Amino acid sequence: MASSLLSHGRAPEAPRALTVTELTRLVRDTLRGNPLMTRVLVRGETSNVQALPSGRVFFTLRDPAAQIACVLFSSDAEGLGFDVEDGMDVVASGDVDLFTRRGEVQLVVRGIMPAGVGAFWASYQRTRKKLAAEGLFDAVRKRTLPAYPRRIGVVTSEIGAVVHDIVTILRRRYPLAEVVVAPALVQGPDAPASLRRALAVIANRVDVVIVARGGGSLEDLWCFNDEGLARSIATCRVPVVSAIGHETDVTIVDFVADVRAATPSAAAEIVSPDAAELNGKVSAAGRTLLREIHEILEAGRHRIRELGERMSARGLRRGVEANRALLERTHAGLVALGPREVGRHRDRLDALGRRLDVLSPLATLRRGYAIAEREDGHVVARAGDVAVGDALAVRFQDGRIRVHVERGGTRA
Amino acid sequence: MSEEANFEETFSALEANVDALSRGDLPLERALAVFEEGLALYRRCHAILADSEQRVTKLIATAEGLTEEPFSSE
Repeated sequence: MASSLLSHGRAPEAPRALTVTELTRLVRDTLRGNPLMTRVLVRGETSNVQALPSGRVFFTLRDPAAQIACVLFSSDAEGLGFDVEDGMDVVASGDVDLFTRRGEVQLVVRGIMPAGVGAFWASYQRTRKKLAAEGLFDAVRKRTLPAYPRRIGVVTSEIGAVVHDIVTILRRRYPLAEVVVAPALVQGPDAPASLRRALAVIANRVDVVIVARGGGSLEDLWCFNDEGLARSIATCRVPVVSAIGHETDVTIVDFVADVRAATPSAAAEIVSPDAAELNGKVSAAGRTLLREIHEILEAGRHRIRELGERMSARGLRRGVEANRALLERTHAGLVALGPREVGRHRDRLDALGRRLDVLSPLATLRRGYAIAEREDGHVVARAGDVAVGDALAVRFQDGRIRVHVERGGTRA
Repeated sequence: MSEEANFEETFSALEANVDALSRGDLPLERALAVFEEGLALYRRCHAILADSEQRVTKLIATAEGLTEEPFSSE
């Protein structure tokens, strides 16, 4: 298109004037066709930042001597990981273009990095996207933490407040667990390898691992964005809880960990049950135990009373009455006792159990008694309760027989 | 002490006894035995919680391999 316009001068006597549209298109196409104008990197300070509701962002990049208008489309703005604000020192990448409607040269920005940490950011985004694409951050990968860890691993610096805080909280909350500290470097270029080594040696010896570091600058925390470290955490044999920096710092390690804690202290609380709560649970179980045995004994007592009412043998009734009195006393005693003291009365309970068993209807039958029952199962307690011709069942220890009453009403 | 008196196992045994008793279908003699065992487990649970003293060790990699030594953060 450009060449056709330029070769228009076949009739030099009447040079045709370009329309403004034609000229701006010519400039635009020239810019677009120049490889030096595409994929440029330019460093400057942002100003006049205007974000439209659509997500598109207009701003100006300037240095002391010049400025250039910039536009950042919403799709590119979303991928930045931060908002463009006035006064930022940035490196922008993009293509030089002409905004034809205003005849203004502009930079169509594809990416922006804060100039000071530009390299950091670029690698952070790359690693994050890559691991996310592999599914390493997926919720389904997150493992649940053991309810009662026997050994708790801590990977962090062996000096400083972090390890102290963690150990202090674990001692208060859950002294039952052993704590294993695997010291590691937590900043600097050697830190990722050091952290990975510590993780590797501790993973086979504990039920859960805390990887922690106190607050610091972006550069200080940088080792926790290491891809290799993130992969070591993802493949760690036991669940990992991360607590890196302050709550607002989110590193790649935090994304890949099974649980992310806001602070090292929070991590210690997350991995450990609270002994005070456990004491409460144990006490509740003890109370239930006591209540249940009460109910069982109560049911036994009820059975004895019924039996006593049904059976007429005087000696047996006396025995029942005596045991009932014993049961009443024992119950009164049990009710007054706390669970700790109940055990002291186990001998009484034992005796009680044996007596109850002796008095159970089946034991009675074993001793040679038989029970006469009506067809509906009601016990026949008196000779006067039956009439000639009635059908009864007589229950022995080994089964029932059916009988008919031939003669009735006589006293034994 | 830490190996034999494991809280998790002791507590789950206690819970099992409570459940068994709660079902209410045990013969009396058995119920009393379960109750008694539950009581012992209950005491052991409280004792484990009360008596535990945390052990903190430091894991050190040396040329000979891994060693553990007592750790103090003070």
